[in-house]
Amino acid sequence: MVIDLDKCTGCGACAVACQQENNVSFRPDESDKLRTIAWMTLYRLDNGKDYPEHREAMLPRPCMQCDSPHHSPCTFVCPVNATVRDEHTGIVDHIAVRCIGCRYCMVACPYHARSFNWWDPKWPKTMEAMLSPEVSPRMRGVVEKCTFCHHRLNRARDRARINGEDPDGVVYTPACAEACPTGAITFGNLRDPHSDVARLAKDPRAFRILEKLHTEPKVYYLSSDQWIHKQSDNDLS
Amino acid sequence: MDKALIPEGVKRCPLPVFGLWMLVLFAVIAWGVYAGLTVLIKGLHVTGLNNYFGFGLYICVDLGIIALGAGAFFSGFMYYGLSRFFPQLKELHKIINLAVIVGFCCYTGALLVLLLEIGQPLRGWFGYWHANVHSMLTEVIFCISCYAIVLVIEFVPIILENRKLDAVKPLHIFGHNLHEIMAIFAMTGTFLSFFHQGSLGGVPGVMFARPFAYREGFFVWPWTFFLFTLSAMACGPAFTALICRLMEKVTRKQLVDRSVYELIGKIEGVLLLIYLILKGLDTLYWALDTAPGFGLKLSDFYKEPYGMWLLVAELGICGVIPVILLLTPQARKVNGLLFLAFFLDCAGIVINRFAMTVEALAIPVMPFDQWAVYIPTWAEWAPCIAMLAYGAVIVSLSYRYLPIFPRERELNP
Repeated sequence: MVIDLDKCTGCGACAVACQQENNVSFRPDESDKLRTIAWMTLYRLDNGKDYPEHREAMLPRPCMQCDSPHHSPCTFVCPVNATVRDEHTGIVDHIAVRCIGCRYCMVACPYHARSFNWWDPKWPKTMEAMLSPEVSPRMRGVVEKCTFCHHRLNRARDRARINGEDPDGVVYTPACAEACPTGAITFGNLRDPHSDVARLAKDPRAFRILEKLHTEPKVYYLSSDQWIHKQSDNDLS
Repeated sequence: MDKALIPEGVKRCPLPVFGLWMLVLFAVIAWGVYAGLTVLIKGLHVTGLNNYFGFGLYICVDLGIIALGAGAFFSGFMYYGLSRFFPQLKELHKIINLAVIVGFCCYTGALLVLLLEIGQPLRGWFGYWHANVHSMLTEVIFCISCYAIVLVIEFVPIILENRKLDAVKPLHIFGHNLHEIMAIFAMTGTFLSFFHQGSLGGVPGVMFARPFAYREGFFVWPWTFFLFTLSAMACGPAFTALICRLMEKVTRKQLVDRSVYELIGKIEGVLLLIYLILKGLDTLYWALDTAPGFGLKLSDFYKEPYGMWLLVAELGICGVIPVILLLTPQARKVNGLLFLAFFLDCAGIVINRFAMTVEALAIPVMPFDQWAVYIPTWAEWAPCIAMLAYGAVIVSLSYRYLPIFPRERELNP
């Protein structure tokens, strides 16, 4: 995934679409942000300077689907193999029905990309009919996270099989990328050198968050502001 | 009324007084059980935990209490193993039963609290069934449960020494035979303990994306693996000695020879010194090499309320001071200084466990992220305090009905 921060307006459509697509539960009072379940979170960045040099940017943060050798930080620590990286697709998935809720994966993730279900998932009665039948709601006491809309990939692969095409060559779009009104989110196969994401990942504006941690995130950001580049990696210049 | 159950030749308080004491402890346990049930029924949202602080008081207390309970394995290792080469360690025979009982309380209590910590307690067995061999927590789950079984086996012959039980011939023979093979269990316990104390250290140490906790290491083990084992050895017997002293104060009797305390003091002093040197080197390497490699300075890791005072308290006040006291023969001879050193030693190790679990999570890794503060709720304090009460119940019952101190009769004629 490549997110162009120069294009991002911080409208939050990606977060809302993600919430709806993946049956992410919410509570009437969501003021405690440390207990909110959010697969896609928007961070507000600023350059720390006063007017007129003051600059701000919004940074959408999905799961980074870390590609670090051997294991991602979360898959390495899960005691029950509830979170695993599919080496074929590169997607780090989470098996909610196997999760024991120890939260070790949350602790190990530096991006806070994982949320815990502190309460039983509930939706207003009128919203229940709008839940996606393709994604199981998670129960209380387990962790959940962004899966790059893994169910959409499965749907695309099924369709390819029916059409007699190669299921490994399918292209799909996650809900966040689909909903972004400015086209700031580009999604594709980074391993395919001809894909848009592979091309954008090599753009001079491209950077990744906390590269020094060697987590090898598969989410790239684009920005023409150097202060954002510096800030994203603890100002290591 | 219960005289027939009390060991021969020793005095115990009247049954009503003991009953009242038990009532107080059971009231505390009931409070803890209520809190535990609240967590199980309502969910973990009644705690102070959140998405930043996935680990909190439960884990911190578990890690602390398991380190303090290390007296069981390390005293056993010294008595059953090393005393063949160092006869002066045979002196530990006088306190070994208490060490086993304290270890039993610590481990079983920790397992009970762990049950509350996980969001899906009914899936606790998945740890054995779907085990991820790369996870340090898997090693913890396996070793702690195995060692808890070993501690039960070690506790059984002590229980069978009860006057009434000992009178039953088959039980007497069974208990006697268990005593004969106890060295095997003590060594098994040592092996298991080495790994689980270490793997508890590995839990934070392997988190390579968390710069505060992450440590490089040897093969698959981060340095915290070895530091946790060593620190547990450096505080476990001291905690047993503190409990013994507390029992002496409450019962107003001398339960072990003073030489036992001095021996423990000497051993703990040396171990704590070795630990402090290695921990100091580890901290320096982490502060000067590991953290800067991640783009962070030492000062980035400390902010109020988790300020630099924690490091000073852990390594200075609760590290250097007890080492000086324990390695000074004159100080070891003064009760106040000796037990103060034991207390500081234990407190330092608990602070270390706090830093590696709670403080480690407060630090924002992403530069645009924020510091967070964790405040435990009553639903977290109550089960932890109840666990201490549970330990007090086991120790009180054991002291009253079992001959756990072989020298008690001679020391209190």
